[in-house]
Parts: sequence; C-alpha cells; structure tokens
Amino acid sequence: MVKFEILKHELVPQFEILKKEEIEALRHTYGIKKEDLPWIRRSDPVCKEIGAKPGDVLKITRKSPVAEQSVGYRYCVPG
Amino acid sequence: MAEENEKDTLAGKATAKAAKAKKSSPKKGYARKATKAEAHAEAPAKASKAKPKKAKAEGLKATPIETRAAYLKKLLVNYKGMLPDNLLTQLEAKLSGATMEEAQVKKIVDETYKAYTKALIEPGEAAGTVAAQSVGEPGTQMTLRTFHYAGVRELNVTLGLPRLIEIVDARRIPSTPTMTVFLDDDHKGSLEKAKEVVTRIERIAVENVAKSIEYDMVNASFIVEVDEEIAQDKQLDAEFIAKSIVKLKIGKVEIEGNGIIITPEVTAQDKIKRLRERILTLRLKGIKSIKRVLIQKENEEYILHTDGSNLSEVLKIKGIDPNRVYTNNVSEIAEVLGIEAARAAIIKEAFQVLDQQGLDVDMRHVILIADLMTSTGRIRQIGRHGVSGEKSSVLARAAFEVTVKHLLDAAAHGEEDALEGVTENVIVGQPIPLGTGIVELFMRFSNQKEAE
Repeated sequence: MVKFEILKHELVPQFEILKKEEIEALRHTYGIKKEDLPWIRRSDPVCKEIGAKPGDVLKITRKSPVAEQSVGYRYCVPG
Repeated sequence: MAEENEKDTLAGKATAKAAKAKKSSPKKGYARKATKAEAHAEAPAKASKAKPKKAKAEGLKATPIETRAAYLKKLLVNYKGMLPDNLLTQLEAKLSGATMEEAQVKKIVDETYKAYTKALIEPGEAAGTVAAQSVGEPGTQMTLRTFHYAGVRELNVTLGLPRLIEIVDARRIPSTPTMTVFLDDDHKGSLEKAKEVVTRIERIAVENVAKSIEYDMVNASFIVEVDEEIAQDKQLDAEFIAKSIVKLKIGKVEIEGNGIIITPEVTAQDKIKRLRERILTLRLKGIKSIKRVLIQKENEEYILHTDGSNLSEVLKIKGIDPNRVYTNNVSEIAEVLGIEAARAAIIKEAFQVLDQQGLDVDMRHVILIADLMTSTGRIRQIGRHGVSGEKSSVLARAAFEVTVKHLLDAAAHGEEDALEGVTENVIVGQPIPLGTGIVELFMRFSNQKEAE
C-alpha cells in the first residue's frame, strides 16, 4: 500500500515555510512579534512532514467555508 | 472570553476580523447604496442584477462582452488579497454578464471594496464576547430540546448540548466515538467490495463468535463453543480461532468439532476468572476499539460508519480512501493529522451540532472558538483547565471559578495584577480596555523639550 500522506488529507490545509524577508514583512504589516502568532508544535505531524523547525513561521492557506480561501500563520515552537 | 481573545489570538482575531467583514458587508453595502441610488437595491455583489436595468434605462452604450470580461478580470486581479476570494468570484460571476460601461463596473468593484473595509472589525471590538454570547444564547435553547438523538441508522451519536460541551471541553475521548470511512475507487461501487473492507475494519473478538464459554472443573479446562453461522459470516473458522488463542500462551489448546478446549496451566480460582476475560476479549480480526461497522449508500457510493474510532489504524487499511477518513474524536485528529486538521474538525463538529439543532449561529463565531482552542499548538479546553484557567490576571481567574483558591494562591506567591484585561478593570471599577477604552496615550517628554 502506498504510504499515506497527511498533507493530502482533506482536513489538512496547505502549508508553506516562510522565508526570512517574508517573516519580516509579516511582522511589519501586523505590528507583532513572531511569538504573538498562534503556535504549532515541532512534534506536530505536519511539522515533521515538511521539516519545520522551532523559529519558523508557517503560512497556512485554508479552504474556508465563508471566504473560499483564507490565510493564517503559525509559529513553530519546540515541544 | 474577551481578554483571552485580545492577548492570545492575534491571528485568530485577524481571521475573525476578515470573517466578520464578509458577513456584514452585504448589509452595510445595502444600506449605503440604498441612500445613494434606489437602483442599487441589493447587496454589492448582487448589485449587478439591479444595475443593468439602470444602465438600459439611461440608454448607455454597452461595450462588447469580451472586452468587458477581460477588463473585469484585470480589475479584479488588483483586488486579489484585498477582497476575500468568495467576493471576487461573486463579483466576477455577477458582473461579467452585466450590460454596462467600464467606469460603472469599476465603480461597483470600488464600492464593494469600500463596503468591505468598512465592515471589517474595528480595533477594540469585543469579538470574543460576541462569539461567546452568540454560541451561548442558542445553547440555552438546546437544553430544552433533546439530549440524545436516536439516528435513522442504528448508530447512536451524542448530539446537542452534551456534544457541544464535549467539544469545548476538549475531551480526550468523546462519549460516542464514530468514524466515517470513504472507500477508494475500486471499492466504493459495489456492496460486495464494501463488505470486504468491513471485515478488515470491524473488530471481532472470541466473544462475538462464541456460542458459549464454560469452565470444566473436572478437567480444569475451558470449552469454547464456536457459533458456526456467525463465524462463517465473519470468514473465520475454529482452526483460526484456536491458533489465535494459542498466541495468548495460557496453556494447551485443542479443537474438538465445533468446540475449542483450552487447558490453562494455572488453576487458581481468581486467575481462572481473569483468563476467561482474556479469552473472551481476544481480538481475532479487525481494528481495536471499532465495535461495529455499518454500510450506507450515499450518492452512488458506499460509505462506512463505525461505532468506535481508531484513526491511525484505519488509515492503514487497504481499500479505503485515506484522504477522506473522518472521526469525531478531535484529539485523535490532532495526534495523527496535526493541529490545523484539529482546528478544522472542531469547526466542523461544533457547527454541525448547532446546525442540526436548527440554530442559525454564524460560522465565524465557531471559527474564533476553534482558533482560540488551538492557539498554543495543542488542543486546549475553554474551561478551567484551559483558556479561562490560564489567564495571566489573578482577578480574572478568581472571577471565573473557585474564587478563594485563586486569591489565596496569588497572595501566597505575591502575584501582581497589571490590570490589563476587561474583567480586572470591571472589578476595580476602572474604564475597561474595549472599544475606545483600548487606546492609551503617552507623552514624549524629549520632543517637548526640543520644542521649547
């Protein structure tokens, strides 16, 4: 059987690790620190799958029932 | 809930902000347009319906459809990211068929954008409180209604208020765990193939196929009588069962016709009792904790509904569509698919409960709650051991539950309260940091000196 990829599951949105400049731009637009974003644990299955490390910021593109598509961010923390 | 909202979920708030805007923009658009021109009788996205009439009435020349469509596309690309996708698609759908000039099209899109920005949540708005009230009030109506809903299928799933409390409390295991398993292309079409998958999933223990189990005191052995009809139906035979029992390593196992005779090495009364349990619950086939599987036909495909849930194991089964497997056990989803999937599942579950009860709660409130519950990367319950219990303010915590304990602990540890949240300030009688109260003024003395 083919290995099941969690990223393809319908409940799992699209993930993308942001580059340094993108994080900087994000902090600027919202006027926040990285830690102020919602978190995601390093042990999270998705983090393991895409190889996110603590300190990374993930951009999450979700399918939203109210806006078709919505963008969110999570800050990767240890644990 | 207001202050958790402020401090915990900046992004959550942003979501709610955007969300709220979408919700109310049509209304606001309506209000303003109505004052401007009677022709704009509908919401901005729908304004196009009314607009062509006006255009015709005024006798305006229409540009060819192709150029207009191209123009519209180009125009809308500029708004990508500024307006939510659903508004863009709606605009495109409604405007591409309209007979009007480019300037008018542009005007409609501009107006939509204005209405949208105006409808966005303002800084300091108590989004969390509004969400809490919007879910709480319909919740009081639910209490008066049914507690358990006997489903059309034999499967009984907790619904209504008990289920909502379960979701918000982030219980590890729901009282009625259930899964919805979709089948892959090869299996979803025929009942035979669906049954084949069921045999792989459904847990069958010795107790399910045994007619009786008795302990023979004289020979110090168990006699398990296999019910052949059931066993055949489950594609099992005495030999297979006997082999499985051997693996328990409790003693000699023999087959005698329909019976299996097990002679354990121990003979102590209390141990025999426990052995009996072990034999009965021995799993022969299927997945642990999945007690029953029902096949249902929905939209030309067979779907399995299970009693019991075990996401990680079901995902390994051949013949299912792993990308669509669903369970109502949210913490299991968090474990296997991650926190974002759990967020989606909380939204889905909570909204489904409200919807089934016929309560018209806006989804955005539920989304805010889900954002709050998952903001630390783990599922946190709303109550005392989660969101409300982890507030930084002593007074806010004391106001929630077990007042004396919190005050006592705070006194013993010499805690300080910065009086930043809403609750604390209500308690001490200061203006609360909400709405205009959220703004604080600071004076820069250095500049003042320079000016002098």
